[in-house]
Amino acid sequence: MSSYSIQSQKLSKLFGRRLIFKNINFSWSDTGIFGISGPNGSGKSTLVKIVAGLIAPSQGKIIHKNSDGEIIPEKLHNHIGFVSPYLVLYEEFSAWENLKIFAKIRGITLNEEMVIKYLAKFLLENRKDDLVKTYSSGMKQRLKFIFALMHSPEVLIFDEPTSNLDEEGKKSVYEIAREEAKAKIVVIASNEIKDLELCDEILLLEKFK
Amino acid sequence: MITQSYSLFKKDFSSELRTRYAINSLAMFIIVAISVILFSIGNETITTSLTGGLFWVVIFFTAMSGLARAFVSEEERGTTLTLQLIASPSTVFSGKLIFNLILVFCMNLVIALLYSALFEKFVVQNFSLFLLTFILGNIGLAVSSTIIAAIIAKAGAKGTLYPVLSFPILLPLILTCVQLTLFSFDGTSFEEAKFELAIVVGYDVIMLTASYMLFDFIWKD
Repeated sequence: MSSYSIQSQKLSKLFGRRLIFKNINFSWSDTGIFGISGPNGSGKSTLVKIVAGLIAPSQGKIIHKNSDGEIIPEKLHNHIGFVSPYLVLYEEFSAWENLKIFAKIRGITLNEEMVIKYLAKFLLENRKDDLVKTYSSGMKQRLKFIFALMHSPEVLIFDEPTSNLDEEGKKSVYEIAREEAKAKIVVIASNEIKDLELCDEILLLEKFK
Repeated sequence: MITQSYSLFKKDFSSELRTRYAINSLAMFIIVAISVILFSIGNETITTSLTGGLFWVVIFFTAMSGLARAFVSEEERGTTLTLQLIASPSTVFSGKLIFNLILVFCMNLVIALLYSALFEKFVVQNFSLFLLTFILGNIGLAVSSTIIAAIIAKAGAKGTLYPVLSFPILLPLILTCVQLTLFSFDGTSFEEAKFELAIVVGYDVIMLTASYMLFDFIWKD
């Protein structure tokens, strides 16, 4: 059981003079699937990037804590697995090379057994040595999930997780989300009803304009 | 952090070998720039001071044509987010800096060899001073180019912005390196060149410290 928590304190974000959202407060802890929903342009992707420490809020604060205390922003990437349509893997390398490179840059040993299991789950086992540039958009999306899971993070953040995926791919994602949420925090930002049906709590962004 | 930065450098190196983003443009630029200078000189003999100046001019513009790739290629391919998710800002900067340092050393070694073979006034009397200038100058050039590349990577007109922003930042370094190169041609001793050497060392230390302090803000939007 995870003792991880994410707390937001009066989060606001402006791009130039345009307000995206203001005064978002939430507290997610331990385990479960937490949803973020809202119409296009409501700031779902911006909020998940702030939660992942990829961009800074204009106002407010986001605090990640685990059993060792507050996690400093420098180290946050080690605790987070992130899937997003904006995420692009290195197309000049194969899937397997990408995953090996990521493990080395993270400073961890690639758990080959676990990665092969994920490759099989996401139906990429036979294509793992092909260059990513030869993959379809759905295959690239499935590879992103392995990228997010390979370092066993304490938090999983899925931004529009089922975009570009066929029914088989969506099923795998839902299984992974349910399975992982038993032991960690899973955040899903989406407008898809099926994606949001998985969530224990949903944050509606149109309330924060 | 060193191992992780080295892994990032290795990723960039393998990527460069497969995509040839920087190597081809740098090689072509070196050949074209030196050819243009040779054609414009014709049969005339240029002075030692002009040779030293042109040497650093070619180095400056070659750096401008290739060193921005470290960050611009990540931005253009959309892999910046991926890097942000796997490494801390200091790891990313160190990895990119190692890549640019090696690129700048290789590139400038080729330029120096071509100059010594093609320009009769490129005769170094104090080789130790030339070598030290070459090393310190390359470090300064790589550090400055790397942090400027990170700044301009997200901008629209990268191609124009890079040399425009680099020029005032690199000017003190280039001018001092030109002076030190001329000293090495004249056979000036280290004692006489210590003021200029102190400027280059100071420049390198300041740029390196400032880059590590600033990079976190640049990298996190």
